[in-house]
Amino acid sequence: MAVKHWVLIPVLLLVASLVQAGPSIESWKTSRGAKVMYVHAPDLPMVDVRVVLDAGSARDGDLPGLAKFTNAMLSEGAGDWDADVLALRLEDRGIELGNGSLRDMAWVSLRSLIEPEVLDVALGTAQAVLAKPRFDAEAIERVRQQMQIGLRRSLQSPASVAKRRFFQTLYADHPYAHPPAGNESSLAAIRRGDLERFHTRYYVAANAVVAIVGAVDRETAETIAERVTAGLSKGSHAPALPAPPAVSGGELRESFPSSQTHIYVGQAGIARHDPDYMALYVGNHVLGGGALVSTLGEEVRNKRGLSYSVYSYFSPMRVDGPFLMVAQTKNDQADEALEVMRATLARFIEEGPSEKDLDAAKQNLIGGFPLRISSNGKIVEYLAMMGFYDYPLDWLDTITGKLAAVDVEQVRDAFSRRISAPSGIAVIVGGSG
Amino acid sequence: MLMVLRIGFVYMLLAWLPAFAQVTEYQLSNGMKVIVKEDHRAPVVVSQVWYKVGASYEPDGLTGISHALEHMMFKGTEKYGPGEFSRIVSALGGNENAFTSRDYTAYFETLAVEHLERALELEADRMRGMLLDAGEFAKEIAVVKEERRLRTEDKPSGKVYEQFNAVAWRASPYRNPVIGWMNDLEHMTVEDLGDWYRRWYAPNNATLVVVGDVQPEAVRDMAERHFGPLETSEISALKPAAEPKQSGETRVEVKVPARQPYLMMGYKTPIVGQADEPWEPYALHVLSSVLDGGESARLSRELVRGRGIAASAGAEYGSYSRLPGMFLLDGTPTDGHTVAEVEQALREAVATLREELIAPDELKRVVTQAVASKVYQADSLFYQAMEIGVLETIGLDWRLIDKEIEALKAVTPEQVRTVARRYLVDENLTVATLKPLPMDKKSARPAAQAGGRHGS
Repeated sequence: MAVKHWVLIPVLLLVASLVQAGPSIESWKTSRGAKVMYVHAPDLPMVDVRVVLDAGSARDGDLPGLAKFTNAMLSEGAGDWDADVLALRLEDRGIELGNGSLRDMAWVSLRSLIEPEVLDVALGTAQAVLAKPRFDAEAIERVRQQMQIGLRRSLQSPASVAKRRFFQTLYADHPYAHPPAGNESSLAAIRRGDLERFHTRYYVAANAVVAIVGAVDRETAETIAERVTAGLSKGSHAPALPAPPAVSGGELRESFPSSQTHIYVGQAGIARHDPDYMALYVGNHVLGGGALVSTLGEEVRNKRGLSYSVYSYFSPMRVDGPFLMVAQTKNDQADEALEVMRATLARFIEEGPSEKDLDAAKQNLIGGFPLRISSNGKIVEYLAMMGFYDYPLDWLDTITGKLAAVDVEQVRDAFSRRISAPSGIAVIVGGSG
Repeated sequence: MLMVLRIGFVYMLLAWLPAFAQVTEYQLSNGMKVIVKEDHRAPVVVSQVWYKVGASYEPDGLTGISHALEHMMFKGTEKYGPGEFSRIVSALGGNENAFTSRDYTAYFETLAVEHLERALELEADRMRGMLLDAGEFAKEIAVVKEERRLRTEDKPSGKVYEQFNAVAWRASPYRNPVIGWMNDLEHMTVEDLGDWYRRWYAPNNATLVVVGDVQPEAVRDMAERHFGPLETSEISALKPAAEPKQSGETRVEVKVPARQPYLMMGYKTPIVGQADEPWEPYALHVLSSVLDGGESARLSRELVRGRGIAASAGAEYGSYSRLPGMFLLDGTPTDGHTVAEVEQALREAVATLREELIAPDELKRVVTQAVASKVYQADSLFYQAMEIGVLETIGLDWRLIDKEIEALKAVTPEQVRTVARRYLVDENLTVATLKPLPMDKKSARPAAQAGGRHGS
């Protein structure tokens, strides 16, 4: 018996340290078919509601910027209220409304106090914003101007230019290729009818997920979800995206009037439910994912002082998102930095991480898990993401166990199969010295 | 009727928050201050060590030294080698970093609550035990220069902000950039850093702020164990370096390659703790929100939407700093309009505030938004710790945070007009404009077979 206990105790300790339950998530569908993800957080008298839709720039079609344009129009007047009245309704009550869109996802977010009169106005306004944007002519021209100017501003930044080129090169004619912010000619070409068509097709209940976190009980959460989606037609989910094309490696150099050269090196990475996700994610944490501790950081920044901000990441998306290594250095060091980045990656693919580095990365990710779900603001983003990409409800509960299970051989194997240094694309944007 | 209900709710909220967030304060025998705020929602904690030193403490020729030292604080003590601090915190599942501002340098760790003591031990170790190795410095100062290139040299708005401050202030150290002038970085030595470190890094010049799922007595014991034995330094008072009264408008033009013109304006204003009358900073806070407290505020409503002359326009006022600061305005013209027109419109918006009283509903909205923000901010441990750390480090009592709402509620429309008349006047104004130079002609040079497709 004593022996048995001796064995059992460490096992129990191990299990206890691995099973870290996330918040208790409840999920259901609204009467119109929108998926709801809900966590009860009773401590602060506030509620966060985040509605995400499969209405990002991957749905732009032949009008780059259309998804972002449509999303930006939502808060520029809806239902009976023009932009002035809409803003007053919210700000007279301290309600915060946000919106935005990227390649996969578009969203509307709402933060409100739970006082019934305030919450009532918040929900009524959000309902109109999602379902009844006015698309007034004057507001369309205003947003068009703002987007054109935003575009010009981003073209003042060598980092933005390099990132745009990287996506265009990597994704060729795939819907991920063009920048979500669009381009000058497409922004000029977008008409009211295009915005309305986009909105009618993609801002529908079947294409939406509603995440709710706050001091509201289940019954109230159900009412919240019904109210914000009440104006949406049922519709259907956005169709599947095509697989990204296979693009071979190469270098693209572009001159820019800057003192630094920005380097983006990478290739196609992984989709959300990729079986290699965990191994690549943990492996990348060793390679370039850790904020102040990583192999790239050590080689490029700490050993050589080449760059302030050097990192790598996988961006898992609906279909294969990119794997990217990024650094920036003064112009005459650009080739050296590029060489160090490539050599570091090649060595990592060849050898995999050391046992010690992998353990340290796993400890960081597992030990840091409670930090990732430590506020309502963080939890609501997780819920929206999980709902959007169809993760199981217990995903947060299982994540530390999955992280713990990754070993050196899995990482080496996954990197050697999925990432190949020669097929990487390098985009180098900067001055000549 | 609704109004009455809402005020009632507001009081209920304010009663809720302090009960929820107990703050305990004490001082170690070596003078180090420790402030603990309890937040038991999640088993995590943020620990921040704040030093009373930053860019506004730096003499000419040594600008950027506080920030450069902050970088070196990760590069090894007698006990732990270069990078080991970060590796240890990382293996505990923690996030850690540091930030330097005009008035402070702060180091933080966010981690599971059971590892707090280890973080405190490491912070205590580097408070007095840095080695500041010359070889490490040579590499790290190169990294700092890269940071400067990234944030300022190659960023048009960063350049404008730097030039704006450089001409707006004559004597105040706020004229220097936090990251330092490039020439000063080029001539900085590891000996300079050593002197700076020994001068300012001591328990009697530091505040520990801990927010999270902790018991204040336990934190006090830990702080006593690790920071308690550290020796004090003699901290000499800074000279005031007071800014002389400005006697006329100042202008600067910044010409850099860019695609979009931009304008920045600032009026010198008082701050909490150093105003002629204590309500002035709160009246300026209200004034700033009347102009830019959201999409319904005047700048968005009138300049961006109504007249359509600005793609964006903003106002910003910081009431908490060590030395008097500025009330800032900025704007970007839409196509067909000029920075001169945006400037004129911003001046008109300010003139209106000098001439007319703000409306009661504008005042009410500012207070409502401030109350809601207080609740929302309680969702972030880091923000709560920041608030306490900033106030303590610039020499104010952190309890002012809890009095802010009452102070804002007490502001009258007349007071808002008074501060506009006193401070938002042309004699007190600095204007910086970005004049875009042409960007070099784009020349994409495909090397090898970039983007060539194979397969499908």
